[in-house]
Amino acid sequence: MTPRVLVVEGLKAGYGDRVVLRGVSLSVKRGEKVVIMGPSGSGKSTLLKCIVRLVEPWAGRIVLDGEEVTSNSADLRRIRAKTGFVFQQYNLFPHMTVLRNLTLPLEVVKKLPKKEAERKALKLLRMLGLEEFAHKYPLQLSGGQQQRVAIARALAMDPVLLLLDEPTSALDPELRYEVLETLFEIARQGRSMLIVTHELDFAEAAADRLILLDNGVVIEEGDPWEMIHNPRTERTKRFLVKIMRKSISA
Amino acid sequence: MEWAFFIISIIPDLIKGLLTTLEISVTSFIMGLALAVMLAPARIFAPRPISLIARGYIELLRGTPLLVQLLLIYFGLPSVGIKLDAYTACILAIGLNSAAYQAEILRGAMKSIPETQFLAAESLGMSTAQAYRYVVLPQALRVAIPALVNEFVTLIKESSLASVIGVVELTRRGEYLVAYTFRALEVYVAVALIYFVVCALASQATRILEKKLMIPGYERGVT
Repeated sequence: MTPRVLVVEGLKAGYGDRVVLRGVSLSVKRGEKVVIMGPSGSGKSTLLKCIVRLVEPWAGRIVLDGEEVTSNSADLRRIRAKTGFVFQQYNLFPHMTVLRNLTLPLEVVKKLPKKEAERKALKLLRMLGLEEFAHKYPLQLSGGQQQRVAIARALAMDPVLLLLDEPTSALDPELRYEVLETLFEIARQGRSMLIVTHELDFAEAAADRLILLDNGVVIEEGDPWEMIHNPRTERTKRFLVKIMRKSISA
Repeated sequence: MEWAFFIISIIPDLIKGLLTTLEISVTSFIMGLALAVMLAPARIFAPRPISLIARGYIELLRGTPLLVQLLLIYFGLPSVGIKLDAYTACILAIGLNSAAYQAEILRGAMKSIPETQFLAAESLGMSTAQAYRYVVLPQALRVAIPALVNEFVTLIKESSLASVIGVVELTRRGEYLVAYTFRALEVYVAVALIYFVVCALASQATRILEKKLMIPGYERGVT
């Protein structure tokens, strides 16, 4: 088994004739928490989606947990079932209870019996302090609660890698906090995470590595604390100032 | 006042016809819905040959009169060895016809479900079929309720075509009554009234169904 849960090499992707990723290479070690930052339009979200081929890469190679995602014969459903994807807009299924949101994929994808799926889902909801919402519907919850449920849904699949696409940026500042707390908790448990976020607190305190993406390429990569406090390039500095200003004003 | 008594006196007879009308309408509506649930995704997700067949079916059935379809099934099919009784033939004709309309209603409703719902299902490892069945379809059906009820009301009225091939439903009962009472005005007014009441009740059901099936929390707005 490779110590690296994810390897991305020379990834290129885009939409129509618009190039978004111009050759991105990165890797995530098992248990590592990696934060990706970058200005809007830099391709962060596209990068995450390419990893499980929710967006088709144009070129490059992606290996996840020893399996080649980019091969033509890749079993995408199995690959997606072993990663967890958390969307900016939560994307819970509104017509199902919170509990059903978690048990449905366990039953139809992981083929767990109903009872076992429920036991597992409830255990997870309890762990994240969400059990009181088990029988509520997503739209009856606040944005922060919905996002925590979405994180629980992703975790229920026992993912080898958790992919999070700006999990706090659709939320009001006071709601971001509860989601961040959940993320800290998961990070403590040693789960491999690749997370696109502008939360400097999280990057500093919980991430092992910070990757800066701009205009479809990685411009800097390293220890989060070092990068935030002693940015090496002018570009990094400018970018960090920009997001800091934003998080102060927010 | 005599006419009022006359109308009241023929009501029991017409109600018998109404029951057949309702049988035909409900059965063919359900048949249409069952087919539509397969036709709509076939148009959207299926590989080209299948989606073309689904599209062709829908265009063909929407582009020809129901009466012609009914006559074709009842009088035309026996020449290729398929002989159906009038009752079965009209359920089949109306059901196949309604399937095309319901498929289009459903397709429209599916388009209103955000793409991200599909993306979320896929991200969890669901197949396209599973995403459709568990995530997209249940939401699309809710969106489609008003249009589907409207289609059902249309279908109740169209089922009067069955009288042409001799099915004794509401309209045909009326024709019989006219034949031996010669009171066309009163009889057809009564027939029309019954259709009207039934359709009005069906339309009312929309609101009840919508309320009952509404996604909890939906009234607060969708994200």
